[in-house]
Amino acid sequence: MTLQDILGNLYVFVLATFLGFEVIRRVSPLLHTPLMSLTNAISAISLVGSLVILGAQETTLTTVLGALAVTASTINVVSGFLITDRMLKMFKKREPGERGKSS
Amino acid sequence: MSTQAIFTQTTYIIAAALFILSLKWLSAVPTARRGVIAGEIGMILAIAGTLLLPQIVSYKWIILTLLIGSAIGIPIAYLMPMTHVPQRTALSHSFGGLAVGLVGTAKYYLWHEHDPERLTPFIMAVLCFEVLLGFLTFTGSLMAFGKLQELLPTRPIVYRGQNFVNLSVLAIAVAIGVYLTINPAQIGLFPIFIALALAFGVMLILPIGGADMPTVIALLNSYAGISASAMGFVLQNKLLIIAGALDGSSGFILSIIMCKAMNRSFTNVLFGAFGQVSPQALKAEERTVRSATPEEAADILLAASSVAIIPGYGMAVAQAQHKVRELFDLLTRRGIDVKFGIHPVAGRMPGHMNVLLAEADIPYDRLLEMEDINSELPHTDVALVIGANDVVNPAAKHDKNSPIYGMPIIEADRARTVMVIKRSMNPGFAGIENELYYMDKTLMLFGDAKAYLSELVKVIGQEK
Repeated sequence: MTLQDILGNLYVFVLATFLGFEVIRRVSPLLHTPLMSLTNAISAISLVGSLVILGAQETTLTTVLGALAVTASTINVVSGFLITDRMLKMFKKREPGERGKSS
Repeated sequence: MSTQAIFTQTTYIIAAALFILSLKWLSAVPTARRGVIAGEIGMILAIAGTLLLPQIVSYKWIILTLLIGSAIGIPIAYLMPMTHVPQRTALSHSFGGLAVGLVGTAKYYLWHEHDPERLTPFIMAVLCFEVLLGFLTFTGSLMAFGKLQELLPTRPIVYRGQNFVNLSVLAIAVAIGVYLTINPAQIGLFPIFIALALAFGVMLILPIGGADMPTVIALLNSYAGISASAMGFVLQNKLLIIAGALDGSSGFILSIIMCKAMNRSFTNVLFGAFGQVSPQALKAEERTVRSATPEEAADILLAASSVAIIPGYGMAVAQAQHKVRELFDLLTRRGIDVKFGIHPVAGRMPGHMNVLLAEADIPYDRLLEMEDINSELPHTDVALVIGANDVVNPAAKHDKNSPIYGMPIIEADRARTVMVIKRSMNPGFAGIENELYYMDKTLMLFGDAKAYLSELVKVIGQEK
């Protein structure tokens, strides 16, 4: 890996961090819990790294560690997205005029 | 670059764009669910792109582990009650940290054996950082989970010289990390390094009490993200760097919001052991309070034209959110204006109360942030506090000796009448007396939040 690669990656990191600050600052406090579970699911993209280690099957140790890592990240990906959606479905706007039984 | 590699990189670029859109759409309720779909598509694309990489020689274990992960993840998502959201969040940070730590460990052993020249000082430094942060997030979040699930005592666990011991452990771990960076061949030190990281995670969370959980969960969220980003540097994967950075900044913003809402600093949250039994709590001052029966409380509510409900963790514990909804329906049906005031740190994680009230079908436009409800409280007839304590304690505004002095509060004391549903006169989590309870306009409604609200709803339902 060259210095060029390192610098390129640092640029990406810095820009993504600033972008993250700008985008997330705008999220309504109402949605802070779904925000946390969504970002959690997104950062479980580390699954991609675990898949390569598991699939390459280089040594027994790396395969075992890879298998654990893939399982842990998959749990986060699956439950993270599904539960975020489950939470968001509950947020309903209802005018006080049309109260009555919930749907 | 092979066609395959270009294809994979293309899926990564699209996935990165979709993740950013996903967070952007999450900013408001009407577009939020679209955000989840964007995130899901990005994730599927990235996984598909990865599975096509030529390095992957066998799919047997991949399919099996993906299936096991889904078989655990799906039931968690659908069966878990909403009151357990903080626990699930802590657990998922822990899994995230674990995965990152394991991948870092696997890469180190692999390169050490087959490709030692890849362990350049830069890669070793980032790898050590990744492994340290990943494993400390793993055990730290497990501890947070244990405290939230009440498997562990929720009060801070402290001992003399704790901060010194904790910082020493961290310092030794960092020293080993630096040594490994210079001498990557010292493979025998690596397990010690991991053990110290795991131990530090446990020790970091021991002295933290339940009331500080919102900040700590947000902070662990940030750690999980940053460690994933570090993994991106080790693996030369820009998608990981981006996704990790987004998660890291999100957790960081949330922790800042939580700290501000408690008027405390990071160091104070992490090393202050807030919520120890303070001497104040022990001197039981005999002061009189006024209490009221559900019938009296019902009359007061029915005579009001505006009511502000201020929920806290007590509502979550008593699972009272559905009863709150019934009360909300009964009162709005009579033309009473009912709003909710949500303190940023009410509950055990950011946004906890909003999710519970939304679950109970309370329209989200009735849920007001602290600043908004505070501007309405002076002309509100009744403030009904349900299971909240410190976030409505007026001492935060004027008592310089109070541990919560300076913390922004929901000014329930400014409403014309205050009613507080509370189990007993025991002080709240921080062990601080709440003078709100002793005010002339305050009525204490003693009982379990759910049971008391049931009574209240019954009485109001019978009234003409």
